[in-house]
Amino acid sequence: MVAIWVFAEFTSEGPRATTLELLTKARDLGDAAAVALGPGATDAAAALGEHGASTVYASDDEAYANGLGRPQVHALETLVREHGPEAILFSTSYDARDVAGRLQARLGCTLLGNATDVAGPGSAQTQIFGGSRIVDVELEGPAPRLVLVRPKSFPAEPSGGTATVVPVSVEIPDALRSVTRVEHHEEAAAGPKLEDAKVVIAGGRGLQDAANFRLLEDLGAAIGGAAVGASRAVVDAGWVPYSYQIGQTGKTVRPEIYLAFGISGATQHVVGMKGSKRIVAVNKDPDAPIFRMADLGIVGDALAFVPKLVEAIRSRTG
Amino acid sequence: VQIVVLVKYVPEPLGTPTLGDDYLLVREGVEGALDPGDEYAVEAALRIAEAHGGEVTLVSMGPEVAASAIRKGLSMGAHAGVLVTDDALRGSDVLATARVLAAAVKRTPFDLVLAGVESTDGSTGTLPMAVAELLDVASATFARAVTLSDGVLRVERQTEEGYDVVACPLPALVTVTGSAAEPRYPTLKGIMSAKTKPLDQLSLADLGLSADDVAPTQRVTAATRAPEKGPGEVLQADDDAVRRLVDLLAEAKVI
Repeated sequence: MVAIWVFAEFTSEGPRATTLELLTKARDLGDAAAVALGPGATDAAAALGEHGASTVYASDDEAYANGLGRPQVHALETLVREHGPEAILFSTSYDARDVAGRLQARLGCTLLGNATDVAGPGSAQTQIFGGSRIVDVELEGPAPRLVLVRPKSFPAEPSGGTATVVPVSVEIPDALRSVTRVEHHEEAAAGPKLEDAKVVIAGGRGLQDAANFRLLEDLGAAIGGAAVGASRAVVDAGWVPYSYQIGQTGKTVRPEIYLAFGISGATQHVVGMKGSKRIVAVNKDPDAPIFRMADLGIVGDALAFVPKLVEAIRSRTG
Repeated sequence: VQIVVLVKYVPEPLGTPTLGDDYLLVREGVEGALDPGDEYAVEAALRIAEAHGGEVTLVSMGPEVAASAIRKGLSMGAHAGVLVTDDALRGSDVLATARVLAAAVKRTPFDLVLAGVESTDGSTGTLPMAVAELLDVASATFARAVTLSDGVLRVERQTEEGYDVVACPLPALVTVTGSAAEPRYPTLKGIMSAKTKPLDQLSLADLGLSADDVAPTQRVTAATRAPEKGPGEVLQADDDAVRRLVDLLAEAKVI
């Protein structure tokens, strides 16, 4: 069986959902293994095994928590040369993207970004032009083939397996430890996480001013349990923290209902939300691209519409 | 501080992209410009050079017309440009592009390499890190703020949860987001002086690379239209629309 590795990401609470998605896919393609590097790796191994990793290469070394990719690449190179996997899957996250980007240069291997499906160790699918074209890509050159997969491309399902933990004891040279994280700040909004919420309310430039984002919070409260997100344009403008961003760079969401207010539907944004079950868009511009994918499109001023909607929901739900 | 900014000439972001029979993006006859994301990197470079002294060099790979993107950066205030252009580079993948750009950067001593987070057309976002690896330098990605003191960069790096502050000694490569300082507009004086600034055009051979070094490692075998939802219901934003949306939320059992 071909060896398919998953670059595991985890927190003190265990593996990230995106890692479990990749393992669920990898175990269908061959013998799945996970590489877990950093404090908490050994603790995460059980959950990685339950989702299909037969082997977990693990190290709890602090060096991996700090180095922004270089220590991971050094360890991965060593492991690849020793075990020779056919492919390594990464999720499209900030940290994994850095590791994959460096690893392709270190190994001279091909790397496909933004994959939405993986058919085998040498073939994958991606979507271009805002998801309007599906492209099949054959990956060539020396193994392993590296694939960065968009979040929520696969479901995460337990297989009930258990993993053999293989300790990784690669010495990380000091030269690769020169970068350090000196502060860590969390800016996530209150309420459910964007990735998990059944209803996502997103705002864009059409809301005209940062202060008007409060209206979306009001709407979230009226619906109950909805998460608020934003387009890149307003995050870049500093209206809301980066943790709100939905799109290519930012979060990928697939809620039951996606409500877009004053968002035009730029490609950057669309790839992060087009998997939503039902899409509702309110925008002044009847030609806005977001209307092409909306189940319900409402042409008008989002700023004026939201308070009316909040009132109507409150009177309906009592 | 000697700063290099990696820049890309991309098709006009608001245009409608098309694929050729070879599955490559059609770039001929398409209006293009300096990638808007790269303007933030140019701005960050200029600010560091203004504060600490030094020169800003723009490095790009692309067809000859890509020189216009470099000229734009020169008119903002960068000092010199390098364009690598070669027929063998058409359709290059990320690894090949990284080899070319790293070779071009290495020709002269540098302290800092800046780039946008990802290109507007390709959006893979892995090129800068491949270049960092080939240059064997430290790096920090997704910077929303970059400052330099005593030879160490202080980078505010965006994360899933918020942001981290990262200390990164030079030499280094940093990618800058659209939250970083707003790019300046070129002044008339800047536009005029850009015409006389040095802009070297290099071939693969000039960099000591061969066609084998940049051979593609990916092949598109099919491109199909994704299934599209039919056009949905469209309403004007009146009281009926409010009612319809509340009904929809109730049907979905979220209220």
